[in-house]
Amino acid sequence: MNFSVPDFTPALPEIFLLCALSAILVVDLFIEDAKRFTTYLLTQGALAISVVVTIMTAHMSPVHTFSGMYVSDMMTSVLKVGTFLSVMILLSYSRDYLQKRGLFRGEFYTLTLFTTLGMLVMISASNFLTLYLGLELMSLSLYAMVALQRDSSISTEAAMKYFVLGALASGLLLYGMSMLYGATGSLDVSRILEVIRSGQANNNVLVFGVVFVVAGLGFKLGAVPFHMWIPDVYHGAPTAITLFIGSAPKLAAFAFVLRILAGGLQPLVHDWSQMLAILSVLSMGLGNITAIAQTNLKRMLAYSTISHMGFLLLGILSGTVNGYSSAMFYVLIYALMTLGGFGMIMLLSREGFEADNLDDYRGLNARSPWHAFVMLLLMFSMAGIPPTVGFYAKFSVLQAALNAGHLGIVIAAVMFSLIGAFYYLRIVKLMYFDAPVDHSPIVGTSDCRILLGVNGLAMLLLGILPSSLMALCAQSIQSAGF
Amino acid sequence: MIETLVFYFFAAVLVLSSLAVITVRNPVHAALFLVLAFFTAAGLWLLLEAEFLAIVLVLVYVGAVMVLFLFVVMMLEINLLKIREGIWAWLPFGALLASIMVVEMWIVLGSERFGLAGMIAPEAHPAGYSNTGEIGTLLYTQYVYPFEIAAVVLLVSIVAAIALTLRRRKGTKSQDAAWQVAVKRSERVRLVDIRPAKRAER
Repeated sequence: MNFSVPDFTPALPEIFLLCALSAILVVDLFIEDAKRFTTYLLTQGALAISVVVTIMTAHMSPVHTFSGMYVSDMMTSVLKVGTFLSVMILLSYSRDYLQKRGLFRGEFYTLTLFTTLGMLVMISASNFLTLYLGLELMSLSLYAMVALQRDSSISTEAAMKYFVLGALASGLLLYGMSMLYGATGSLDVSRILEVIRSGQANNNVLVFGVVFVVAGLGFKLGAVPFHMWIPDVYHGAPTAITLFIGSAPKLAAFAFVLRILAGGLQPLVHDWSQMLAILSVLSMGLGNITAIAQTNLKRMLAYSTISHMGFLLLGILSGTVNGYSSAMFYVLIYALMTLGGFGMIMLLSREGFEADNLDDYRGLNARSPWHAFVMLLLMFSMAGIPPTVGFYAKFSVLQAALNAGHLGIVIAAVMFSLIGAFYYLRIVKLMYFDAPVDHSPIVGTSDCRILLGVNGLAMLLLGILPSSLMALCAQSIQSAGF
Repeated sequence: MIETLVFYFFAAVLVLSSLAVITVRNPVHAALFLVLAFFTAAGLWLLLEAEFLAIVLVLVYVGAVMVLFLFVVMMLEINLLKIREGIWAWLPFGALLASIMVVEMWIVLGSERFGLAGMIAPEAHPAGYSNTGEIGTLLYTQYVYPFEIAAVVLLVSIVAAIALTLRRRKGTKSQDAAWQVAVKRSERVRLVDIRPAKRAER
């Protein structure tokens, strides 16, 4: 058979990360517990170099390699850089938190890198095989990370739920993929697109497959009615790991959904757009209404994630280039907001104390006006209040859906986000107008405090000047050729 | 002709043993029926000239996975009565969902795509044809990228299993083989010079 050695250069970010990860895995064995900081530095260094490698190997137009199983274009490069940066921010927020809880171990860092590698594979996959393997690499590492705090029964329970429901979702996804394979005779996304366009595939089989694929994707994104695992996992996992689950994997999941639905199944847009519309409206409704009843901030943010996923799907379901690019903008902003929100919980937590109850935020302004202001910006952005960037994210998604003619869904989305504004503003009210219950000073490493400040101000800055990031997203989607 | 008969034999045993897996009361029997189902499925694969897959199914699933599974089933005390509680309350709902699924699958699988007309029978290969070699060639050339990712997934499972189970508790007694081998005589044996007692005088 004819075979030529594939071009390795487009996949350099993955190759570099895998090599660095293997080296860190071995080096970590020889480091004493007291010097674990070295592992932290090595991990951050590996991620920083990966960012440089990704930018240097970025392609403007799609490049395929490894027999068409790997694709590199501008969308993959932007999402990869976003993933690396959010993992780096996560690691610096969580260092102090992990040290105080006995989780500052080598495994945390190696599993984080494994998860990152899985996300890269997902982002760059253009074949069902690599898409699925990337997803499993990411999910398996995350299951283990949730269970890392073994002595806590609540984390073990969360890990168990996450694992069982994740396995169920993978099963649904694989069943759907096998149906699509049966209908088109290929696992390659671009080949599937060709076969469907040529009209050779049986429509019944295709739609049957799409139902299962959408259900599997709904599970992974956490859209209603496949959301049951999100609140328990967010609540049960150590906050550092909750933050991880909530931020970067959503970027990878976005690329995953777009690659399958917009890349491979574009001719079936009418079918999957209806399915996504149901998921989207239910997620926005249930997420925003249930979040009001929560007294635990982690659970509240979990329901807020569900509603944000509804908005993300709103962008995708419009099925236009404009919709995809606004969804990409939304998911990048969402990752940044989540990093800030959970970063604040970790900053206010102390040894043996988790600042995850709403009451812990009473009178934060009296304790530290600066941190209260950062939290205010984050909450405004999540609620979508101008001039923060959350407003533009919601606005562009709604505009794209409106242009695609989904007026009813847009009205529902606006109503639900109005309801949602209540619980975000409640935190602002607690911080500024209530007397503090807890008077202890806010401790935290200086790098974490500075970064959190930058994160909060970025909400304002991007809100005033959103055009460059929006243009970047539009260009990425154009370059990916959806 | 004889091939068709063999197919129907294996298919019938496969369906019946799968049915037995979910209906028998004893979990150990259920696991053993699953072993039988794997064997017959391997037989079906042999009929399709997929001998490598057939052997792997027997070696991996029957040889490794099911043996482990049987151990777990035997170790756990499974209270069947507790599992069966509430089955009648959920039966109508479950039956409704199952019947919807069956109708849907009927529509899909009954379509011309999966009919005999849609599936062209593969050509029979010559006698010396090695399907294992073909799979190997494909795996290391065209599918090398997914193959490597699968290897990384295995590495994750090793790291995760060790991270979740290995813990050093104080006060546990464990053996260190190197320490045991390197032991010197002087550390273990103490020669005590015992003088013979004086004979008691009468």
